[in-house]
Amino acid sequence: MKWLWAPLGAYFALPLVATAVMSLWQGRQGYGFHAYAELIHTPEMWNSLLLSARLAFETIVAGLAILVPAVFWMNLRVPRLRPVFDFVSVLPLVVPAISLVAGITAIYTGPDWFVGTANFLVVPYVLLALPYTYRALDVGMRALDLRTLTEAAQSLGASWPTMILRVLVPNLITALLGAALLTMTIVIGEFTFASILLFNTFAVYINHIGSTSATRAAALSLLAFLITWLAMLGVALGGRRAAR
Amino acid sequence: MHWRERAADLVFLGPFLLFATAFLVVPTFGLFVQAVTTAHGFSLAPLATIWHDNHLVAFRNSIEVSVLSALVGTLGGAIAAWLALAPGLPRWARALVSTFSAVAANFAGVPLAFAFISTLGTLGVITGLLKSIGIDIYAAGFSLFHIEGLVIVYAYFQIPLMLIVITPALEGLRREWREAAESLGASTWQFWRHIGLPVLLPSLLSATILLFGNAFSAFATPYALTAGNLPLVPIDIANVLSGNVSVSPAQGAALACGMIVVMAAAMLLYGLLARRVGKWRAR
Repeated sequence: MKWLWAPLGAYFALPLVATAVMSLWQGRQGYGFHAYAELIHTPEMWNSLLLSARLAFETIVAGLAILVPAVFWMNLRVPRLRPVFDFVSVLPLVVPAISLVAGITAIYTGPDWFVGTANFLVVPYVLLALPYTYRALDVGMRALDLRTLTEAAQSLGASWPTMILRVLVPNLITALLGAALLTMTIVIGEFTFASILLFNTFAVYINHIGSTSATRAAALSLLAFLITWLAMLGVALGGRRAAR
Repeated sequence: MHWRERAADLVFLGPFLLFATAFLVVPTFGLFVQAVTTAHGFSLAPLATIWHDNHLVAFRNSIEVSVLSALVGTLGGAIAAWLALAPGLPRWARALVSTFSAVAANFAGVPLAFAFISTLGTLGVITGLLKSIGIDIYAAGFSLFHIEGLVIVYAYFQIPLMLIVITPALEGLRREWREAAESLGASTWQFWRHIGLPVLLPSLLSATILLFGNAFSAFATPYALTAGNLPLVPIDIANVLSGNVSVSPAQGAALACGMIVVMAAAMLLYGLLARRVGKWRAR
């Protein structure tokens, strides 16, 4: 059975190696870092990467801001709403992104300050991350004794905001970190909404550059792989620390 | 209940429930309304256009790609998971497999498409290498931009996803059962035929359905790979939304609803099977 590692390993390694080779190809001048040097001096590349990074940050903040209080309250006070939460949080997996974009654009056509800027993307991105964020938060909170924590905090005179920010959040830090990193990889790679709504995010830029320069598209694909790798490494390390 | 309690419910739950209703439930519901509405009021005509030749081809392609890639992913992922669980594998190798699976399962979309174009595209590195030793895969009829190509590309995220979802089930296949079967004189084949596969079957089936849904709703990967030239349902919808084709928005909504119905059926089946899996994990 062990020989099966060889074809599997080759299948997963070859595209990465080939992409690296492609990104270094310089036509008649052999191989070198030409594509990378060009990209570093391309403002559009930086703008798209910064836009995606900003959207990732905004999505993480907005998603946690609405989900942490809701999941906390559902677990503490209204557990009978759990089926509703479970149902809503799998909906983004049942409704494909392309269908959701059709539904959202049909209903929300204005005002311009809302749908006209790239910040609008935060709305669908929170939904795309919802299944994973909800799961992480719910598992994290179920492992805590919320009732005791809440009573202890309140008997010491903590208000609800203090309770959430200074008691709940520190206890959930691993779950929050995992959810944040996963959200980041989703947003950095997201293409469907951004391309239909015509915003120049990182993935849209890679697709755009791919139609003119295969070497630069390869270089950026490798960079995207590296970002995903770093984020998942962060999740794995966070999980290991929590297990200790 | 006291009014202050009600107010607290509203403050904590309100934003989330409002957000999900406004941007998830209402738009989804709206699609179904839009799909049966024309300028003359209620009509089933837009829905009927799904059975139009063009869209039917897209549905057939989408389903074919999804079924094939789900089967490839199930087989490849189950084998990979089995290998990764084998005793005697060093710990670092196991950590590498699990982290790499998390990365590859999330590495879909545009970068994945370009990675494979660099590898097996018409000017890809492997295509070139094979050509230099006399094998011209494109002359032989292969194309990365057709269904067989999509299946190869999708496997890059399907196999790791399968590995992630099936590993707990394989771990649950208790060692004692194998030992008990062996002590009763069962061969390896008999163990798998009468114990291993029947116990694993619900898990395998539910995972296959999950992979099917994963492939069926994929848009970025096939779009970047084929530049929108291979008819698939998500690409047809995108063409309607971008105004590239003269199709009414109602027909676009009908296609979007068609996708939701297929996905909902798949996920329902997945849920039912996943519940059966629990039977074998009493503890």
